[in-house]
Amino acid sequence: MALAFDMGLALLVLVLAAWTIRVQDTFSAVLAFVALGLLVALIWVRLLSVDVALTEAAIGSGVTGALLLGAAARLRPTESAIAPPGAAWCTVAGVLCAIITAGLLAIALLLPDPAPTLAPQAMASLPQSGLGNPVTGVLFVYRALDTLLEKVVLVLALVGVWSLALDHVWGGIPALWPATRPDSTLTFLAELLPPVGLLLGIYMCWTGADHPGGAFQGGALLTAMWLLGLLAGVRAAPATGRLSLRLLLVAGPMLFLVIGLTGFALAGAFLAYPAGYAKALIVVAEAALTLSIGVTLGLLAVGPAERTRSP
Amino acid sequence: MTRALDLLTIAGVSAGCFFFVAGTVGLLRFPDALTRMHALTKADNLGLGLIVLGLLPQAAGLGHALKLVAIWLFAQISSAVASQLIAGAVLRNRSAIWP
Repeated sequence: MALAFDMGLALLVLVLAAWTIRVQDTFSAVLAFVALGLLVALIWVRLLSVDVALTEAAIGSGVTGALLLGAAARLRPTESAIAPPGAAWCTVAGVLCAIITAGLLAIALLLPDPAPTLAPQAMASLPQSGLGNPVTGVLFVYRALDTLLEKVVLVLALVGVWSLALDHVWGGIPALWPATRPDSTLTFLAELLPPVGLLLGIYMCWTGADHPGGAFQGGALLTAMWLLGLLAGVRAAPATGRLSLRLLLVAGPMLFLVIGLTGFALAGAFLAYPAGYAKALIVVAEAALTLSIGVTLGLLAVGPAERTRSP
Repeated sequence: MTRALDLLTIAGVSAGCFFFVAGTVGLLRFPDALTRMHALTKADNLGLGLIVLGLLPQAAGLGHALKLVAIWLFAQISSAVASQLIAGAVLRNRSAIWP
């Protein structure tokens, strides 16, 4: 019974993936991609990787979906003027993708049995950190440097988006796309949902230490609530040059970096935590990162500045 | 007692699935956006409600049960708002075509 469900799920994902590629209209392709992300999240749940499932649903499907929807809306006026790629390009892309898929399949099928794993060692040292969720342990203890760099990359991505702004509107206000239209139903939702959504985002960050959850999933929820407020016109988009906004953007990575540097003095290595304080420091860093991630993802979605700060 | 609860679950989830199938058939067969949405929202809300009702006896405790009910409630809210927005867009496009 479970096998039939899994087979059905896998088949559905493959069909939907093929349809996402085949469909001509960008908007439809984006909607199919969002649905695909939610189905892939279900697969991760079936593989007992709830942390990955939450991230896939929140980032892979939700935030990426919002980014792609914005891009599709911006492309719509010029889309029909662009000729679809020719058969030769399609073949080249198809062959390259097939090679990658075949490579991944080979890696998965040729793994020795049992597969090499560091899980027992990871679990054995986990109690020292005071954390209960091994995924958070990997992210903030064993591979903390990767996590730090990942957050910096996120800010760099935003710098890339902002650099698309014209010179005379630099530091100005991003124009939401599609243009917001006052709608009482959307306003109702934007006033009803954020208290619950923000609470859930904070809970997601807090519970990440011991259960599935964490900074990225919590931050994505904050982003969703913020975008809802912006789309409904309940909140105005902030000027990208505002100092408080820029401080919020770097607060998480900066605090994490400071904690990492104090590791030199107190524990003898970069990003090492002094004994007994690991969990407290990780939770503090995660809280700041959640806030920064929420703001960064939201600003990525609203795009570069398009008008000057009006007095 | 557990058998009675299991029967309740089977009945609830089956009835919920029936409404999902009915809603999907409506989505595929109805002629325009408004009627399709009617089929989808009505059947989905009822379908999800019945599935949640059926799953309640299997919940591990009061907390789990409340989470299940919350899922249904938020699905209701989002589906109601989404259908209002889609219907609004349909009406605006209509008046653009037939002023």
